[in-house]
Amino acid sequence: MPSKSSDTRPGASWGLKLAAFGTLFFLHFPMWIIFLYTFTPDETTYTFPLPGFTTKWFGVALQRADLWRSLTLSLQVATVATIAALILGTFAAAAVYRSNFFGRESISFLLLLPIALPGIVTGIALRTAIGGLDIPFSFWTIVIGHATFCVVVVYNNVLARFRRTSATMIEASMDLGANSFQTFRHVVLPNIATALLAGGMLAFALSFDEVIVTTFTAGQQTTLPIWIFSQLSRPRDRPVTNVVATIVILITFLPIFIAQKISAGSSDTEGETK
Amino acid sequence: MMNNPSAPAITFEKVSRYFGEVKAVDQIDLEVIDGEFFSMLGPSGSGKTTCLRMIAGFDRPTSGQIHLYGRDVSSLPPYERDVNTVFQDYALFPHMNVGDNIAYGLMVKNVARQERTKHVDEMLELVQLSGFAGRKPSQLSGGQRQRVALARALINHPKVLLLDEPLGALDLKLRQQMQVELKTIQKRVGITFIFVTHDQEEAITMSDRIAVFNQGKIEQIGSPSDIYERPASSFVAGFVGTSNLVSGEIAKHSTGSEQTFSIRPEKIHIGSLSDTPHSDMISMDGVIRDVVYLGLFTRYLVEIEGGVDLVVVEQNLKSTSMDVLSAKGQKVRLSWHQDHISRVGG
Repeated sequence: MPSKSSDTRPGASWGLKLAAFGTLFFLHFPMWIIFLYTFTPDETTYTFPLPGFTTKWFGVALQRADLWRSLTLSLQVATVATIAALILGTFAAAAVYRSNFFGRESISFLLLLPIALPGIVTGIALRTAIGGLDIPFSFWTIVIGHATFCVVVVYNNVLARFRRTSATMIEASMDLGANSFQTFRHVVLPNIATALLAGGMLAFALSFDEVIVTTFTAGQQTTLPIWIFSQLSRPRDRPVTNVVATIVILITFLPIFIAQKISAGSSDTEGETK
Repeated sequence: MMNNPSAPAITFEKVSRYFGEVKAVDQIDLEVIDGEFFSMLGPSGSGKTTCLRMIAGFDRPTSGQIHLYGRDVSSLPPYERDVNTVFQDYALFPHMNVGDNIAYGLMVKNVARQERTKHVDEMLELVQLSGFAGRKPSQLSGGQRQRVALARALINHPKVLLLDEPLGALDLKLRQQMQVELKTIQKRVGITFIFVTHDQEEAITMSDRIAVFNQGKIEQIGSPSDIYERPASSFVAGFVGTSNLVSGEIAKHSTGSEQTFSIRPEKIHIGSLSDTPHSDMISMDGVIRDVVYLGLFTRYLVEIEGGVDLVVVEQNLKSTSMDVLSAKGQKVRLSWHQDHISRVGG
């Protein structure tokens, strides 16, 4: 993280600073556009400067039942997918860390694959599988689709934490009379808690704005990202979409920001919680 | 429980532990007496730590049985054995403060909080850390962590306390201080201690008895003086202290038998060629090849017949560094008492 008091290091050259600000501008400019045109009174065009200032689109957005349905669905899917990912990801990480079975590395690689594969491949594969098994497309098929990449995020975080924790700690706990459950509850869980929190938040954010896999695994349901996508064909609603986009940016920004704070903070203090 | 108080604390009956083709522990028989300070000494990979882990229950024997006060514990999980361990890296729980770390064994047994606090205070006093209960392990020095680990293991009043090279990470001065303290604590609590170390000096200083491990087998079990004065094998003679091994023709020449024997450097006397040693002394002539002045001692390298080098250590009672260093190249007559040799076979 950049610190303000790094005056011992020589300052970056002007070129480098320019490049850094240029990159930041390039990354964040579109978001500021969205944010800005949330407040335009003119719904069809992007004129600059704004012809006026209004917050009426927030009111309009509040009235839209279809928007609320998709938002609720997205939150539900993200919550369930995150919970599933937390459980499965932790088990997978524990298995890979604790045992030394044949093909351990391959399993680790296979777990990471869904996040490396293009979403479209995962999507089409899931659709074929779900269709082939005659499972009706529903809330649960979306959750399954999202869990494929959410598990990876949790798995990675937890495995990294396991590798940093002393293996003898678990032995020490058993040695002192704790059975496996007590050891998990009093020693393992507190040590991976921040990793779970960070992984869980990241998983939630990933699930919340996912489009590609969702397109393939959803039936009649419209998650929020898909709803936004469908809005593109309705130019008159553009400011409403902007309002939603702004809210989504805020909702996703916060957990990722916190997750990053937690991971960064805990890596300095070697598994210390609080 | 079917414990027999008069039985040995620990008994190994033909215990083996194989890791694939590697015989980490190979058919070991062993008895640890109730209340003694027992050391397992050996180089790394000699099987001493594997033995300790099998007593603790982290590892199971491939074959054979382990008894704890007469009760077969070979297949019990660690939490069902009346044995506690002090780990080499201490393995303190970083998310708990010192008090909670020490109370852990009582907490998982559902002992009431008030009772726990009382025992924790006792333990903190025993290891001289009163007032540290609220600190986090990360705020302690290595020596203090060591004491917390000890207190945490002792609070359960185990029948046997296992210590896995617990002093390895400490600096020399602290280590010597902890050696004395561990011994004092052991006398106070009266628990059998099994201490794993690769440091022969540490083992000799602290133990009632020592088992010397080599390649998965025990070479010798005995008191520190037994091990030092009467090494049973050339491995023990070489691993515990410095030793001169003499074999073959030269051995026959001096002792009448070709069997290899060992003689400790400090037992050899350096005299002049005109000396006539006493009849129960063995003597040999040689040339001083090298002299190392060590302040308190001087170490000589003396070449005897057949090109064999013997190490001789003499205290600098009267001689100065000038005297000893000028001895290089001199012809001398070495002599030692015939009782001071130890036949080590092969």
